[in-house]
Parts: sequence; C-alpha cells; structure tokens
Amino acid sequence: MLRDLLSRWPVLQQIRTGSDGTGAESWSERTRNLKPKTAGCEVTRGVCPYCAVGCGQLVYHKDGKLISIEGDPASPISRGHLCPKGSNTHQLHTHPGRLTKVKYRRPHAKDWEDIDLDTAMNMIADRVWDARERTFEETRNGESLMQTTAIAHLGGATLDNEENYLIKKLFSGGLGMVCISNQARI
Amino acid sequence: MPGLGTSVGRGGATTAQQSLADSDAILIMGSSMAEQHPVGYQWVVEARERGCKVIHVDPRFTRTSATADIWVPLRAGSDIVFLGGLIHYVLENEKWFKEYVLHYTNASTILRDDYVDAEDAGGLFSGWDAEKKKYDPETWLYKGSEPKKENGQSLPGHHDAGGGHAKDRGGEAGNTTEFETDDTLQHPRCIFQVLKRHFARYTPEMVERSCGVPQDVFLRVAETYAAASGRSKTGCICYAVGWTQHSTGVQIIRAAAILQLLLGNFGRPGGGILALRGHASIQGSTDIPTLYDILPGYMPMPFFDADSKTFEQYIKQHSTEAGLWTKFEDFMVSFLKAWYGDAATKENQWGFNFLPRVTGDHSELGYWLDMKDGKLEGLFVMGQNPAVGAPNGRLQRKAMANLKWLVVRDLVEIETSTFWKDSPEIERGELRTEDIATEVFLMPAAGPAEKSGSFTNTQRLLQWHNKAVEPPGDARSELWFVYHLGRMFKGRAARERTPKNDALNALTWELPTEGAVAEPSAEAVLAEINGRDLTTGKLLSTFEDLKRDGTTMSGCWIYTGVKPAENRNVANERSAHDALGHGWGFAWPKDTRIIYNRASAAPDGTPWSEEKKFVWWDEEKREWTGKDITDFKKDMPPDHKRDLSKGGLEALDGDKPFGMHPDGRGWLYVNSGLKDGPLPTHFEPLESPVENPLYPQHQSNPPSDKKQRPDNPYASTPHDSRFPFVLTTYRLTEHHTAGGMSRSLSHLSELQPELFAEISLELAELTGVSPNDYVTIVTPRALISARALVTPRMTPLIIQGHQIHQVGLPYHWGWKGIVTGDVANDLLAISQDPNVRIMETKGLVCNLIPGRHPAGHKALDELHELLEERP
Ligand code: SF4
Repeated sequence: MLRDLLSRWPVLQQIRTGSDGTGAESWSERTRNLKPKTAGCEVTRGVCPYCAVGCGQLVYHKDGKLISIEGDPASPISRGHLCPKGSNTHQLHTHPGRLTKVKYRRPHAKDWEDIDLDTAMNMIADRVWDARERTFEETRNGESLMQTTAIAHLGGATLDNEENYLIKKLFSGGLGMVCISNQARI
Repeated sequence: MPGLGTSVGRGGATTAQQSLADSDAILIMGSSMAEQHPVGYQWVVEARERGCKVIHVDPRFTRTSATADIWVPLRAGSDIVFLGGLIHYVLENEKWFKEYVLHYTNASTILRDDYVDAEDAGGLFSGWDAEKKKYDPETWLYKGSEPKKENGQSLPGHHDAGGGHAKDRGGEAGNTTEFETDDTLQHPRCIFQVLKRHFARYTPEMVERSCGVPQDVFLRVAETYAAASGRSKTGCICYAVGWTQHSTGVQIIRAAAILQLLLGNFGRPGGGILALRGHASIQGSTDIPTLYDILPGYMPMPFFDADSKTFEQYIKQHSTEAGLWTKFEDFMVSFLKAWYGDAATKENQWGFNFLPRVTGDHSELGYWLDMKDGKLEGLFVMGQNPAVGAPNGRLQRKAMANLKWLVVRDLVEIETSTFWKDSPEIERGELRTEDIATEVFLMPAAGPAEKSGSFTNTQRLLQWHNKAVEPPGDARSELWFVYHLGRMFKGRAARERTPKNDALNALTWELPTEGAVAEPSAEAVLAEINGRDLTTGKLLSTFEDLKRDGTTMSGCWIYTGVKPAENRNVANERSAHDALGHGWGFAWPKDTRIIYNRASAAPDGTPWSEEKKFVWWDEEKREWTGKDITDFKKDMPPDHKRDLSKGGLEALDGDKPFGMHPDGRGWLYVNSGLKDGPLPTHFEPLESPVENPLYPQHQSNPPSDKKQRPDNPYASTPHDSRFPFVLTTYRLTEHHTAGGMSRSLSHLSELQPELFAEISLELAELTGVSPNDYVTIVTPRALISARALVTPRMTPLIIQGHQIHQVGLPYHWGWKGIVTGDVANDLLAISQDPNVRIMETKGLVCNLIPGRHPAGHKALDELHELLEERP
C-alpha cells in the first residue's frame, strides 16, 4: 500500500523514468480513474446515414440511451474515419429538434395540433382509401390498368432497402399507385 | 443508370472505392470528391502516394483540386466536348488498348446502311421525328439484327412514358445475336470507324473554344490519362451529380464509358467508373426502386398498351436471346411469386395483371406539374425535402397547396411540412394560410440507429445497420409505418373482395414483429428480397437458381445471396479479409466487388500482366479463380463457343465479359435504349450564354423537355443579355442535400452558417461587389440573396473569344433549422433530360447584382422589374 503510494509520487517517478512532470506521473487520482464515456457501453454496428461512401460506425449505447457514434476502424472502406457529417450522427439522433409526436394541420388552420399515432394512421388510411375508391381504374379500352394517379409518393434514397421494398410493394403492387419517385435518377 | 447500364450492362459503379488505390491515373470530373465523399477520397490520396496521377476537371477550385496533380477549370455544361476531346485524342494517337477493344467491345460490329450519324446531319441522328421531337431508333440497330415490332408500337426501351431506369438493359429493341463484324476494324460502317468520324471535330482547338481549356493544358490531361491503359496500367473515372444533372447527363456518362472501353479499363483493378452517389442508399433505392418505371432488379414496369397485353408478350419484349437477360422470365416469375405468393399461378400469368400499368410520365417532376395543375389528391414524402431540394422551389411549394392531403415523415419539422405556414410564398403574400385547404400530417421518423436494415452504398455494397435503441416517443421506422398501413388496407380489402382489390388481397404481407411497438422484422423482409426455393423452403444463395416454373421466389434477383441461410445475413457480416473487403457486407451481384472482371484477363484467360493480375482461368481446375468472385460462369472456359439454345452466359463466347449485353461486349455504340442517340454529342445546356459550336442548328439536346410554361420560364438562349453569367450549384462537406439532416444540428450549422455565392475577383470587380457583401442572384424563375465569397478559386474563362464568368452556389439552405437562408434551388427550372427525366442544375444562366433583395412582396416586384429590363 505504502509502496504503491510512494511509487506514484511524481518526484520519484520523474527521477526513475527521467520524465518531465507533464505526463502520466502528474495524474491526480481523479484523472487516473477517468474513463471514456463509452466505457461499459454496449456496441452495435452501424453505417453512416449521410452520403453513399458507406462509412462504418460503432454505435455506443447504455440503458437504452445513445452515448456516442464513432468511426469503425475495422471497416475496409472507411478504416475508422468519419467526415463532419458522419461525426454528428449522434447529434442527429439526440438533438432537441427531433419530432416525437404526430403533428396535424387541419384544412385552413393556422397552426399544428398534436394527435395520437393511432388516430393519424387511421386518418391516413381513410384518405388513401377514399382517394383510391374514387380514382382507381381497373381497365381502359378493355385492357388491364389497375392504377390510380391521384396519390403520389416521394423519397427513398435515405431509407433502408427493406423499407423501399415494402413501399414499392404496398403502394405499387397492392394499391396500384404509379406516381412513385425518389432522389435517384442516373 | 442508363449511362453505365447501356454501355456495360448494369447501372452501378463498376468498382470499389478501395480499388482506386490500384489506379495509375484517376480522372475526377463532375464531382468534388474530397468534399462530397471525403472519406472515400482517402483511396485517391493513397493512390497518389503510390504514384498515381490525379486529375480534377471542375469549374471550381476545391479541396479536390488542391490535392490533385492537375486542376482544369472548364465551363459548366461543356463536359461532352472535353470527354469527346479525350476520345478523339485516344483514337487519333493510337492510344487505345487493341486486344481489349477488339475482343471485349463492339468496335468491329457493322451498322446498317441507313444509319446516319449526327456528324453527317448537323447534330441529328437518323430516325428523328421533328414533330414528335423524338427518335425512332430502328436505323441504329446492328446490321442484320431484326427489330422487335410485335406490338406495332415503339421499340422496347423507347416507350414515350419511359423513365430510363429499366433501360439498363440496352439492346432490347432488336435481336442482337446475329450481326456482321469486321475484325480489321477497317469497314467504313464498323463502329470503330463511325466512332472516329463522330468525334473527328472534338479536337484540342474545339476543347479550347468550347470548354475554355487551353490546348496545352488539355493535351497534358490527355497524355496523362491515356497513359493509364494497356496490359499493366489502369485508370479510373469518378463522377457525381456534376455530370448527371444536365440535359445531356446520360450521354456525359456514356462518353466516359467509351473512353474507359477504348483504354481497356473496365473489369480491372484500379479501373472502371466509380459513380459517387450522394445519399446513403441512393443505389439501393434504384436497385429496389421507389421509382415509377421499374420493378426491383431493373425489370420494367409494364407500360399500358405497349407491352402489357399478356405476360408472354411482356417477357418476349424484354428478354434477349443471349446473356443474362435470357433469364428475364425466371427473375420475373420469381418476383411475382414474392409479391403475390400462392395467388400467383401459371393460370393467371403469375399475377401479372395485379401490377398497375404505367400510362405516362409518373416521375417526380412529371407528377409535380400535375399537382400544380390540381390533378393530384394526396402525397407521401419520406425522407426528402422538395420544398428546398427540388428545382423551381416556388412552383414546388405552390403545387403542394393544391393537394387535399400531405403526409411528411422525417426526423424534424422540415420546410416541406410547413409550406402553408411560413414559406417565402406566405411571406410574400402569394399564398395565404387560411386559403390553403391542404391537410398535413407530419409523422416523426426513427433514426438509423433506432432501426435495423441495409443501405446499398456507392459501390453496390449492402451493409446492415443494427438497431441500438428505441426511437423516441411516437417516432417509428418507415418499415413500421408501411407495414401497419398495409395491414389496415389488407383488412379493408378482405372485407371488400372487388376486382379493384384483387392485388391487395393477393399481396403477401406476413411479417414477424417484435417489441412493444410491433416493429416488423427487417431481416424477414431481407429474406423475401433474397428469395427461397418454394419446394424446400430453403433460402437461395445465387440468382442462377431462380426458375420460371413458379417453384422459386425472390423479391430482387440481383440481391440473391445476401441472405443465403436462416442464420446468415451477409450484409451484417463484418470480417473483411482482403483489400476489397470480402467478408464485409455483400456486393451485388453474387458479392462481386469489381464487376465484368472476366475482362481483367486476356481473351485466352491468362492475366493481362503480373501487376494487374485479378481474375484468371485455372486450366487445371477448369474454373475461373482469383481475387474476386468471377462475374462470369465459373466453369465456362475462355475458348467456349456460344450455344444459343442454352441461353444465359453459355449463349455467349468465352471471351465476352459483359454478360448483361446480348453480344457480351462493352458498347462503344448503344444500338438501342437511349432516347437521344447512340453516341454522345455535344449540346449546350438549356440555358447557355454561348452558341453550340459543333451543331449551330441545334443549340440544346433535341429530345430534352423544357416543360416551359408561365410558372417555369426560361432565359432565351444563347445570349440573354439579362443573364450574362453561368450558374452552377453544388454541396458542401458540412451539410447534406436540402438540410433536413444537417441544418438542425448545432455543430454542422456552426461550421457552415450561411449561404454564399462563390465568385471570382474579376466578377466581383465587374459587378462592384466586395467580399462578404450581400448579392442578389437572379434567374427567370426567382431571385435569392447570398453573401459574396470573392475568391481566386473561381476563374473567368475565355470561350469563343469572350470572357465567361461563373457563379458557384451551394444549395443547402431553407427557412427552418438553426441556420437559415434563401433557397438556391428556387433559381432552377424544372426540366427533363430525354432519358431519365433529370433536371439541369449544373449549368444555367443568371445575373448577379450587388445588394440584398427586399423582403415581402417587394421581392417579387424587384424580380419582375429585373425580368423586364431588356436593353
Ligand atoms: S462519414 Fe462522411 S464520407 Fe463517410 S459516409 Fe458519412 S457522410 Fe459520407
């Protein structure tokens, strides 16, 4: 115990190692016990959601909370690096501007109101169903058409493949929507 | 997609970012890779450290230029002249890779006698219909190939309503297995000679005149890049939307592909074309398309009338007689089985009539104009911000006021969701909140760390991201939203079994869910995408096992192999064991990292050289082997002679690496599939200050569509004295597209707080602007204000004897978020290139005047005054 205390005495360490008193020998007890914020976290593997370089990310989380998102050194593409956008993926998830409730604007209203997710889902389903009922064409000139052009969709390049798959499957393959588009062209 | 697709067969980057490190020269054009794809750029830096020459061609001097060996400023919109100049140089100076060109490209193929090249007809190819403003491509076919005319309508791949993506499969329009060739390349109508004549006038002098690049600089680029060719050298071309967002975008990429084919650079390490995509899964969202004209795996949506009468006819129209698209029916039947399950039977044509038919231009810009005209009722927007990100923002926002309802799903309250409340149109009194009847639902979305799923990156690599935490409050994934919405519709359809609901009732929609919110399993969706053998229930490991008899299913054939077993998800595997990253993620097709890699070996199957040894034929084992999965039939020897009766790759010779094409060759000349011609030809942007020096009769791309109307006006071209300068838009490292994922973050906002216009010292002097002053930029559509960034990074160019000034404008800002600014995209016109309906954002005209535009309605008064000023 005493030996240990003595051996950590900065002067002794300096004499013994020839160091100059600005390194580990001068650490306080507090500094010595500091741990990175990621200590004790669970890590899951992620991919940067911004551009298509596809940098690997390590997502650190504890007790259901995101703690940090950092570059994954094992990625053969990014080798641990992230650019300014990728480095802010943690803030992308945790900043105070995140929406957490459905906002609804009535026709002609001047502001939002909050509504339940379930209510919103039912209202949206009603509107789609109604528009489709009125505008769906099964045939034209005796040929199969199975189409509505009254409802459109936009978006996909920021979403997962599995999400794009379900969007196309339901909207096009089920509902007969043809106006479907995203950011991709060439 | 069709730029690369029609040239080499697939609309995806042909190589991996890591392979850039093996390049001997890298040409970056239409991209500022160091700024827009910064982490990928490390491979360029690494290549340069190994002695590779890096060339950056761009109107602006950026961090890419700063780290390149050569920076060449050129006039925005003159890219085809520059690339045509390189092609001309390679042909004239015998720099092309002879064995590669002869065996692996269609250089020797002979064209029909009635084909007329644009060079011989003032800029128009044969088949032009001046009234309809479109081409009939029949005369473009190879001599001897029969046109497909069964349906008495336009040839396949050339339908009016087409959106270009399915035409990855160039060459649908005719049977391309019977044709004549001349292996001496001397026949005057062989493609090699046609190519020579087509580019004969794209000389260094022409490059200087049109691009503003001095001849000596151009020749230095040409010599440097052309040296990266032959048995032991390779070069790579990197591009981004600086090429695509033009009225000739597809043809710019075609020109790059021609250059790479001539230099023998496809399918080889350090070679190829790296399309740099701007969103995490933009490649994925065309592979599995949220697009109107294709189905997953680049299969065409059926067009009404033209190819939708019977399944048999549809298959016949879009299959080929050799190459992988002979298996189109296997892919399509398996796909219909994935969507419609047991309801898809041989008797009902596998449910082909459940699919809706395409009747017109249902692309974003097409339906947005319909929306403006009151023809649309409802719109879903998921993870996109068109109020800021789309061209002619004023029209975009006003159009939304004509919707009955709008559903926006995003992480934050983006501009698109509040156009009715606080848009510039409200501020200027053009719209009044109380007059707008649109109902709006703004739904909180889950972030990527709050859900599991895969992105497909710029090099066709699927990488899985794993859910780490629950999304906050009522935020949900799109997977959750669409799945549960679908359940509600399925429920309603089950109660109303009318013919209208046949497709909904047939649709397979069973997914396991987990957790308190019943999140559907993304991995179960991936399994459906991958596909199964329906007789055994086993997951498939290769698309080669897909069948047309209804015993297999697969939601996207090019992704088959990503989930080959219940306990494996290759997209989530993370043990890279070589430089190309095998063991880490899944690159389609079949985990191939460099596609067309049969071309990395000589025709006889031996490596071209020790330095570029990659994939080769092992005579002992009688199979292809090497550093990648072979993009070829594994046991098909180099001396294999084609057997048409077998179909697939066996219907091609053993020395034909481009197996998506019916002749197995890379296409210098595209015999069908492009709407503006078989060869790239220079036309000026739709708005340009200079005359087309090559084809004065045709200023801009003849079949492009300006969508000109009072709310989408244009400058007169060439020379509109109101708009003397060239305008080009771009992105910054610190922001992301329309700002939805960046302007609400404090650090990124601090790094790039304000909209600016980048201008040269000379332009600042000419307009009387000092650094940091506010300036107003004007086009026929709008005016916006920005701070002037006066910098030698911009430089005036001498074009046809006149000084041309260019203005650079990043487009990330809007009126919401931590940092705000005018919407740069308000300046752009809605226009459509002929092939993929992309708008032109990278080259147009503008004026720049000192001072900030007034607020409120006065801004519009000022715009109208400026537009009327015509000296
Ligand atoms: S960290 Fe930067 S370079 Fe890497 S994927 Fe994200 S945005 Fe692209």
